[in-house]
Amino acid sequence: MNALSVQELTKTYGNGVQALKGIDLAVEEGDFFALLGPNGAGKTTLIGIVTSLVRKSGGQATIFGYDLDRELEAAKSCIGVVPQEINFNQFESPETIVINQAGFYGIPRPVARVRAQLYLKQLQLWDKRKHASRALSGGMKRRLMIARALMHEPRLLILDEPTAGVDIEVRRSMWEFLREINQRGTTIILTTHYLEEAETLCRNIAIIDHGRIIERDRMSNLLRRLHTETFVLTLRHPLQQAPLLPAYTAKLVDEHTVEVEISMEQNVNDLFARLSELGIEVISMRNKVNRLEEIFIRLVEKGAAA
Amino acid sequence: MSTVVERATRRPLALGRARWIGFETILIREFQRIVRIWPQTIVPSAVTATLYLVIFGSVIGRRIGTMDGFAYMVYIAPGLIMQAVIINSYNNVVSSFYGAKFGRHIEELLVSPLPSWIIVSGYVAGGIMRGAMVGLVVSGVWMFFTRLPVLHPTIIVAAAVLTSVTFSLGGFLNAMFAKSFDQISIIPTFVLTPLIYFGGVFYSINTLPVWARHLSLVDPILYMVSSFRFGFLGVSAVGVWDAFTIMIVAVTVLFLAAILLLDRSSGIRE
Repeated sequence: MNALSVQELTKTYGNGVQALKGIDLAVEEGDFFALLGPNGAGKTTLIGIVTSLVRKSGGQATIFGYDLDRELEAAKSCIGVVPQEINFNQFESPETIVINQAGFYGIPRPVARVRAQLYLKQLQLWDKRKHASRALSGGMKRRLMIARALMHEPRLLILDEPTAGVDIEVRRSMWEFLREINQRGTTIILTTHYLEEAETLCRNIAIIDHGRIIERDRMSNLLRRLHTETFVLTLRHPLQQAPLLPAYTAKLVDEHTVEVEISMEQNVNDLFARLSELGIEVISMRNKVNRLEEIFIRLVEKGAAA
Repeated sequence: MSTVVERATRRPLALGRARWIGFETILIREFQRIVRIWPQTIVPSAVTATLYLVIFGSVIGRRIGTMDGFAYMVYIAPGLIMQAVIINSYNNVVSSFYGAKFGRHIEELLVSPLPSWIIVSGYVAGGIMRGAMVGLVVSGVWMFFTRLPVLHPTIIVAAAVLTSVTFSLGGFLNAMFAKSFDQISIIPTFVLTPLIYFGGVFYSINTLPVWARHLSLVDPILYMVSSFRFGFLGVSAVGVWDAFTIMIVAVTVLFLAAILLLDRSSGIRE
């Protein structure tokens, strides 16, 4: 069964801006799905329609088979949403916020209290449960929104930029937590600007641009489509000009750094053999950009050119 | 794997329970808010009531003498209690709902499976709760200084509840349309206050010239204050059943308007 299915979804705002131009998308139950796109591409509008915060102009959307037009109550009960902007009452405590949220989904308070303890502990907020939530750090506020979204144990969790502005350590612990949630059966749709995050967590991906889906594939298939990668090599001894590497494209960035472009048909062993022949000692190597980032930029640029 | 509401949609009784929990949660949240900011929600009305008591009841009241056969201080007491109920019911809903819109935590309710009529009912119940809390405080202040008869307790409660519901719904509609904090204070200042003052809180309309008496009859607050006063003193400037009919019609129309607007989400959803 599809956790989310949308057909011919359109949205035109009052000011005439056409945010969605006929989106077709299906996300399978149990998937960890990345929805990527540049700013203003239509991601948040799509999420807004699915969570009923934005009214669609046309098309159809179903959540686990429940039609948003005809079975709204059942459809909404399946979704947990972590929005991009902080949207809890900052004068309330984290414990109050999550317990009240459970109540809106028909969870009795004794059950809500137990779940509040579980999720606030899992997201390292238990010690702060009685504090005013406005005093929490940015990362804590984001984790609080995740705890809140999980209180009714949704079948579909939608995360709109959940780690924006969160430091790397907290971000990685949130990744672990989300992986666990997904492994326990919750379908997750993630939008993020950290493409490393999408590459690490998600199995399937859709890229949206100018209100249209321009790519939809398995993450592994998409990454395989990248024909060349650029590696940045740090050298032990300085060079005055780029090394002569036939079949490779090499560029001297500074006297200790060389960038080399390698195609899928070539291999890194040959490159190192050639460098050794030239007496060039490499002390470290890294990808110039994240692989998904590279594909993302190419697809979006291609879309813009078309 | 399925959620509580998802399972409940297949069983009407369970769905009713889930909705009741949602309603109860909104009410609890409103109670927490009223208590959290008690210096803004409870204290001002108690202070105002005491000031009215001293100035109108004691200082000016003695010179006025009686009105409709009652000492002035006794005559204006029900009207001033009702004024507190009206203002607090209205203010509670308008500020809580607009605050939720402004802080975006209204989205917590909008993404939840709660139907619009439950959300409206929850906020209205919050308005009634604050109206009742403040009404009781003001009544307590007045009863401490005056001997206020209570002739028809049922009418007192019914009039207070219907009035509170009416103005809670008014506050809800105001908050739906408001786009700034200024816009939630315009109606209380420029509409509500004049209507209260011309609604027979401080005088009997029988003391007015005929044209002014007729003009007063278009003020809905006159009917609310009069029926409430009838519950205490047994005197009313208008027919009590006419007053209740008007209040029930007002509640019905405003409730339907609030649900319709929330369903269409005017001023909330894009």
